[in-house]
Formats: sequence, C-alpha cells, structure tokens
Amino acid sequence: MKKRPILAIAAAALAFTLALTACGNGNNKPNEKADSGNKEKASNTQTAEPPKLDPNAKVTIEYWQYEFPAKVELINELITQFQQEHPNITVKQTNFPYDQYNQKVATLVPAGKGPDVINLYYGWLPKYVASGYLQPLPEADFPAAEIEANFFPFVETAKLNGGYYALPTGVRTLGLFYNKDLFVKAGLDPNKPPATWEELVTYTKKLTELDDKGQFVVEGFGWEPGSQLHHWFRDGLLYQAGAQDTSEDRKKLLWNETPAGLEAFKYLIDFAKEHKVGINGFYTDDANAFKTGHAAINVDGSYRLSSIKKDVPDLNYGIAPLPSYKNKSTQASFWANAIPSNVKGDKLAAAVEFLKFLTSKGVQEQWVEKIGELPAQKEVALQDKYINDEKLGPFIAQLPDGRAHFFIDETQERTLFVEAVDQVLLKDVPIEKAFEDLITKTQKLYDDYWAKK
Amino acid sequence: MERVIDSTPVESGGRTEPTPKGSRQRQRRLPLIGGVRLGLRGKRYLFIYGCLLLPLLFFAAVRLLPILYSFNVSFREWAILSPDKPFVGFANFASLFQDEVFLGSLRNTAVYVIVGVPGQIVAGLAVALLLQRITVLRTFFRTVYFIPYITSVVAVSWVFRWILMKNGVANGILLELGLDPQPFLYSPSQSIFWIIAAMIWQSIGFQMLVFLAGLENIPRLYYDAASIDGAGSWSRFRHVTIPLLNPVILFSVVIASIGFLQSFTQVLNMTGGGPLNSTNSIVLYIYNTAFKSFEMGRASAATVILFVIILAFTVLQLKVLDRKVEY
Amino acid sequence: MSKTVSAGDVTGNSLGAAGTKGSVKRRSAAVSAISYLLLTAGLAVMVFPFIWMIATSLKTPQEMYSLSLIPQLPAWDNYKALFTGSPFGTWIINSFIVAVIATASVCLFDTMIGYILAKFHFHGKKTIYLFILSTLMVPTEMLIIPWFLYSSKLGWVDTYWGILFPGLITAFGIFLMRQFMESVPSDLLDAARIDGMSEWGILFKIAFPLVRSAIATLCILTFLGSWNSFIWPLIITQTEGRFTIPVGMAFFSSEAKDSSNWIQIMAGATVSVLPLLLVFVVFQKQIIRGIATTGLK
Repeated sequence: MKKRPILAIAAAALAFTLALTACGNGNNKPNEKADSGNKEKASNTQTAEPPKLDPNAKVTIEYWQYEFPAKVELINELITQFQQEHPNITVKQTNFPYDQYNQKVATLVPAGKGPDVINLYYGWLPKYVASGYLQPLPEADFPAAEIEANFFPFVETAKLNGGYYALPTGVRTLGLFYNKDLFVKAGLDPNKPPATWEELVTYTKKLTELDDKGQFVVEGFGWEPGSQLHHWFRDGLLYQAGAQDTSEDRKKLLWNETPAGLEAFKYLIDFAKEHKVGINGFYTDDANAFKTGHAAINVDGSYRLSSIKKDVPDLNYGIAPLPSYKNKSTQASFWANAIPSNVKGDKLAAAVEFLKFLTSKGVQEQWVEKIGELPAQKEVALQDKYINDEKLGPFIAQLPDGRAHFFIDETQERTLFVEAVDQVLLKDVPIEKAFEDLITKTQKLYDDYWAKK
Repeated sequence: MERVIDSTPVESGGRTEPTPKGSRQRQRRLPLIGGVRLGLRGKRYLFIYGCLLLPLLFFAAVRLLPILYSFNVSFREWAILSPDKPFVGFANFASLFQDEVFLGSLRNTAVYVIVGVPGQIVAGLAVALLLQRITVLRTFFRTVYFIPYITSVVAVSWVFRWILMKNGVANGILLELGLDPQPFLYSPSQSIFWIIAAMIWQSIGFQMLVFLAGLENIPRLYYDAASIDGAGSWSRFRHVTIPLLNPVILFSVVIASIGFLQSFTQVLNMTGGGPLNSTNSIVLYIYNTAFKSFEMGRASAATVILFVIILAFTVLQLKVLDRKVEY
Repeated sequence: MSKTVSAGDVTGNSLGAAGTKGSVKRRSAAVSAISYLLLTAGLAVMVFPFIWMIATSLKTPQEMYSLSLIPQLPAWDNYKALFTGSPFGTWIINSFIVAVIATASVCLFDTMIGYILAKFHFHGKKTIYLFILSTLMVPTEMLIIPWFLYSSKLGWVDTYWGILFPGLITAFGIFLMRQFMESVPSDLLDAARIDGMSEWGILFKIAFPLVRSAIATLCILTFLGSWNSFIWPLIITQTEGRFTIPVGMAFFSSEAKDSSNWIQIMAGATVSVLPLLLVFVVFQKQIIRGIATTGLK
C-alpha cells in the first residue's frame, strides 16, 4: 500500500518530463539574442594601438598565473619592484590550480572577470587565440623583428596569424637528471652520464634494482607517460631519430613519414615493456621517485631544480643533456604572458608596461635564479655565470637545439599519447597499431582545428 | 465562532490525503460563510500561498527552468567560447553514440550499478543482521560502521588512492603476507572494482541503519509463529525477514541505484576515469565534456540520456519490486 | 563483502537445525560469538583507512612510505604546514559559511512548507506536493550545466551565493518535514486559533517547537550534505579563495602542489573529516533517527 504514492510520483514525473520535452524548443529566442550581443562584443575586441598611459591616472591591473609557489612568491616581489618604478600602477596577482587553469580562465573571461595580463602555457595559445581571448601584442612596443633577434627561436611558436600574442620570461628545456649516489652504487662513473640512446638503455638496466619478487626497489629510469615523456617524444626522440613532428604549416603530423617515428615511439615504450627499467605510478610519479632516490635517471625540465633544492637539498644528483641518437634535440617549452582581448585604454597601457617589465633582462635573471627557468633572451641566458653552472649549464647548452612543438590542445594530445602507451602496456596492443591509432586520433584534432580556421 | 473553525480547511486527522468527503463538506459550507468569516478564510489562504510562493518560485527557477534549458542546450552546438549556438537537431545525441568514450562510460556505469547495488545491499543487510544478534557493544559497532557514511567522499577517495598506490600500504601488506603485489587502480581490469569497493565501504553504514530500522519494525510475532511451524533460521530469514523487509529493500535499491548511476566523486578523485577510460562514468564524462572541453551541447545531451536512464530505472524497479511483495 | 554474508547465512542455517533448550542456548552463544568475530573483522576494514590517514598525516617525508602504523615522532608540524602552506583555513571557513547558511535556509523553508502541506487543505495542494517531489527524480548533473550558464550570465560564478543558491530549499527536507508535521495534533493548532493566535504565530510558536527534534535531524543532515557536497562547488568556485574543503582537497594533487605530498593530503583529509566526527558524536541520535525514518516512510 505504502508504495503507491511513490509510483504515482514516478508516473507524474514521467508525464511531467514528457510535457517538458514537448515544449523544450520554445525556449530559444532569448538566448539567441543574448548570444548575438556577445558576438558583437567579440568582434570589437581587436584594437591595434594602445593609448599612452596618462601619468596622473591611477590604474589597477590584474595578473593571473597558475599556482606554483616559487613563481607566486617571485611575482609578488616583482610586483613590488614594478610598482616602485610605476607608482600609478597597482598590480594584483591571482592564482589558479594548474589542473583547472584553462577551465577557470574560460569561465571567468567571458563573465567579464578577466585578467589584464595572463600567464599561459605556450601549447594553449592556439586555442586561446582561436577563441578570440587574446589580442596581439602591440607592434610598437614589441616589434616582431626585435623579438626574433633577441629571443631563442622556439619562442616563435607564440607567433600566430602573423603576430606575437605572448612573450615568455623564462623558458625550459628537458634534461637528464641522474642520481650520482645510485650511479656509484651500480658501479657507474657518476661523472659520465649516458650520452646516447644506447648508453641510456645499458645504464638504466644496470641501475635498476629489483627485490626477490621482481618488484622495483629502484627503477633505472623514471618512466611516467603522463609527465614529460610526451614532450620528450615529440621534440626530443622524434628529431633525434631523424623524424619530424609536423609539417611546416603545422597542419599535418609527420610522425610516420619515415620509420624513424615508430623507432622513437618504440624506444620510449621499451623502457617499460622490453627492458623493464621503469613503470608509471612507482612512488607516485617519476619526479617523486627521483627525489626520494627510487629512480636513478629521469627526464625532466629545468623547473624541477628549484623544487628539488627546496624539498631534498641533500640529493646528490647531476644534470646532463638528453642522450642523442642521429641528431641532437630537446624539448623547449615556456609559459608566456599575454594580454586578453578585452583589455583597453589605461589598463592596456599599464598591461603593456608590466609585460615589458616581466620580459626585461633584469627580471629574467631573477627568474632563473629563483625558479630555475632559463632566460628567454639569448643575451641573458648565454652569460658565463649560467653556462658554467653545474646544474643550469646543461639545460642552457641545449637551448640552441630546443624545439617547442605546436599544440592544438595540450591536454588532449597528452591524453591520447598516454592512452596509446597504456594500450601497449596494459592491453598488449602491438606497438605499430597503437602508434597508427595515436597518429590518426591526433591528426583528427589537427584537422578539426584547421577546418575551423 | 467554533463552527467556523470546524469548517476551516485544517485537517484534523493529519495522516492521509484529503478525502473527497472532506472537500465536499467544505464546498457545501462555503455559502454559509459570511463577510467576516470570509476574511478569516482569505487570511488563511493568504498565509498558505504566502508561505508557498517563494518556495514554488524557487523550485520553478532552480529545478524546472533548468530542465527546459537543458533540453534546449542539448539540441544545439553550444561551445561556451563561440558566440553562435546553432540548432543542430539530434546531432549531439548522434555524435555521443559514435563516441567510444561515451559508450565506454555507459558500459562502466552499468558495471557500477550491477556490481555496486547488490554489493552494497548485501553488505548493509549482513551487518544489520549480525548487529541484531549481539547485545553488548551493539551501539559501538553501529557507530563505527556508520562513520564512513558521514565523512567527506573526497577525503576518503584520496585515502583509498593512497592506500592502493603502487607503493601503498595495501601492497605492502600483500608483500608481507608473501603474496604478489597488485596494480589496483593502475589496472584497467581491476580499478573499477576498487572504486566500487570504496563506494560500498562508505555507504554500508547508511544501508545498515535503514535495514536495522526495518528489522526492528518486523513484529516478533511473525518469527514466533514461524518457529512454531518448525521453520529453521534460514527459512525464517527467507520467508519472514525478506518479504517483510521488502519495502525497505526497495527503498535501498532505488537509493543505491541512483547513487551508482551518478558515480562521480570517487572516480574523479581516485582514477580520474583511467586507466584507458576503464573507470570513466557517465557523470564524469558529462563533467569533462561540459567543463573541460566546454561542449555544453554534447554534455547536455548526455545529461538527457542519464535522466532518461534514471527515470526508466526508477519506474522499473518500483514496478518489479512492487509486484514481488504481493505474493 | 559478499563473502561475509554467505558465511553468516550458512552459520545461521546449520545452527538452526538444533532442537533442545540447552542447545538453543549454546547455539545462540555460538551465533553471537561468530557475529562478534565477523563484525570485528569488518570493523578493522571500516577503521583502517582512518587510522592510516591519521598515521600518514603525522609522518615525516622519510618514513612516508613505511608500513609502520605509528610515526616515529608525531610530526605535528605537518598540520601547521597545512594551514600556512595552503589556503586550508580559508576553505574551512568557506565550507562553514556555506553550510550554516544552507542549513538555516533549508530548516526554515522546508519545515514551513512541510507544515503547510501536512496541515492545510487548499486547491492544488496535491499537485504542488507532487511537483516538489518530482524534482527529486531529476539528477543534479542535468541541472548543473544550466545553473552554470545562468550563473555566468548573472555574475554568480565564484561567489558564496553561487555555491549556495541551488540548495536553499530541498525537496527531500520538505518530504521529511511533512512526515513529521503530520504527527502534530491538529487540535492543538485549532486551540491556538481559538485563542486568536495568528497563523504565523502558530507556525513559529507551536508547530516549530513541536517538531524541534525533527528539525534538528534535518539541520544535521543538511549540514553534513553541504559540508561534503562536491560537484557543484567544484564547478562554480574558480579561485582558491572561494573553494570549499572538498574542492580544495581535490586540487591538492595538481602539478604545482606536488602530487607526491601525501602527508599534506592526508593531513588535509584528517582535518576535513574531524568536524564531521564531532558533529556525529554529538548528534548521533538525531542522525540515526533521520536516516531510519527516511528509509521506512
């Protein structure tokens, strides 16, 4: 008896929803109206010349970057310095967790709560520019020719539709981190890190330590597809093996143009599959396994230097350039500062000032010393004090070989890569097939992106 | 004066819905009410609708309109970044059913429900039955079993993730026992079951309480009668406990199914849907589509599908379990 | 878990065959002994995650991965670091603000509506009740996208109001309070009317106090629900300063926060669980009654 009302409710709800479906289409008009309003706003946003800042006007601008404690701290210091030079400008910093950065930006900017200067990963730029979020940097303040003369060449990935949309303070390259104590323990010379593909394999095999159950005690190689391996593959291994990432116009993936691409992919996977010198998830991830002395060698970025220094200052480790094969190549990447398209007037002028300050030589020096990200201007980076630094040196030495590949969608491309690797490792899919699938799926992302252009 | 109050729409029994008789009575008396009395009635109606106005507006704005809006969005290409939201008919639905990841999330959600619901009910019922057989420390056990239910799902998910890590304590214990370590959340075949285990772990307490209350409501008389008829404890359980508990089981199954159909928090925090989408659920798919890719149209279409599934499920379960109780 | 059950059933079955009085006693002793055994085994499973959580939260990075249950030296500094190194304190305050406002609103409105629906006759009453209840059938996930789209148009994104508004009145609470309000004797209300008390007076001075323990139950359940709610706050909050505890917890793993910092994650989990344990210990009776009631009605 008691259940009858519930049944009635269910039936009522069903009838109710059916009724809703029937009239669901009548609700369209108001939205369209609102949308066309948005559209108008969006098309207005590409202003060319920034007005000069009125020296008497007080301006407050907002700076957004992701939550990375060292960077947050340094930016706060830099803001103080900047405000002393520009007493009429106040800069406010807001931070977002890395995982959610894009989401937050994408929701807050259309809601009109956007920043005036925004720090973005270079791989996100195409998406942001395509969505109309960013305005090109004013040519008068940031002449393209000057940028190209002063900055490292891979900064050109920030040049889209013929103009620069963002400039970095610091850049990063991938390098080889190796634990000297573990080298000694394995009977290897701690001053002779592996320099070639082959050496890397032999070394990591020697460095791997298993228990009697066959479980890793120490992995020879910190192998984490979700971390840096995707980058290592696309800008390091591919080119080293003699292949290329994309065509000149960035429209077509060239991974399987030659057998070299598959060779690179196989080389990468074989650390886990064939040689069994590392596995994902070991001590949470590669960086942590390396920090805690459970991974002997790891491919990671220069930004890890500062976090190692802070968390495990006693770790006895060295840095080497990435092992090479037929060619030398490393992945370079950067976070760059851009100006959203809705910034205008005084705020735009102030934003330009702040951006100039952030990319200046003095700031770049502070940046490398506090963060470990390398100066983006050649002149700053190639100073003796950095080249001869035991830790920074190898990273800087690689800068001329640095490549920053083009991304349509960094997250999705990385996810596809991780899935392809997992297919091989967890589902025993043949490497060739996983590789083909990966290319097909990634190429589709590219095709969709360019089709919309 | 007294008669007026008698004739007010206040119900005296308070237990059941208004009977036709009552309402007829009211209608009959209506003409008798004079000017002053009408004022009183008017005041009462003013009070009733005054109280209900705001809440009803609230439900209309926060529950009803959004559903309409959802249907609307599901028929559009609704990229939050693009100013145009063109009407695309059923294209979103069509593309969902061609999307391997979405179909996978449907399959996974089926696993969550098919494994999780019985697991949760059986576990909760078992604990309740065991608790019934003990006297000392009963409250203590009940309290401890219930605690996980009130704790934060996010916090608990992280604790499980930590325990089940490659170098976590679960593997540590396995190794101590001389057993092989397990990949747990890193295995596409295992991980979904560990998530389900975490969900069951957290909801045992709820099911247990509901069943305890249900068991206590079964009159001892029935058991005694069954005992006199020579029924053993299994047969008492089968023929007295289960049928009389049926309404409670029905409730539990409905609640549990809706819960498992909406698996999200544990999935997001324990595996993020991986490895290889093997734990991805419909709700996580919706979340990712809507708030990571910002394809609101496709995401809304997925919510419509989820809605239909939940509705069908509830109606079906109510019907099936309803019938059972009758024999 | 299913193993435990079949074991219990088999026990009950085989022991149930015995007949004499003495054996009945022995049998029930055996049954309860086995029950205790099984319950204790289950207890370990229920408690272990909490113990491990607290243990890890007090360890130093060096012993983080060790299997010992007791940290060498409880590192209370981990908790200090949690509050200084992350906005955890802010998240607690946010969670608290949101939970308190939601609870107050739900208790007021749901009780009022429950009262009206239980104690008055009026046109459209049944329709209204069914309408309210039917909203329970709609999964929150379906509403989230429209809520979010509305909120971004109205500027509610990343505000307390944005987190709060969907939960200000709940159909579940109305359902619950209507059940309780029906047990309030109508005679009492009528008597107050004769005394010339206004309807509002009756509502607040008579009806509310009569169901105060039910209101307490509703309050506690609402508070817990709000404190633990995840998906909506996850979407509507954008800056760290607006996160509630569950949202903040979920972000602990991001690259910048150093996903390997399990000690901090476990300290955070402990802190987010403790207030609930406190609430539970104090209000155990109300919570249990509330849940038992919803299951039976």
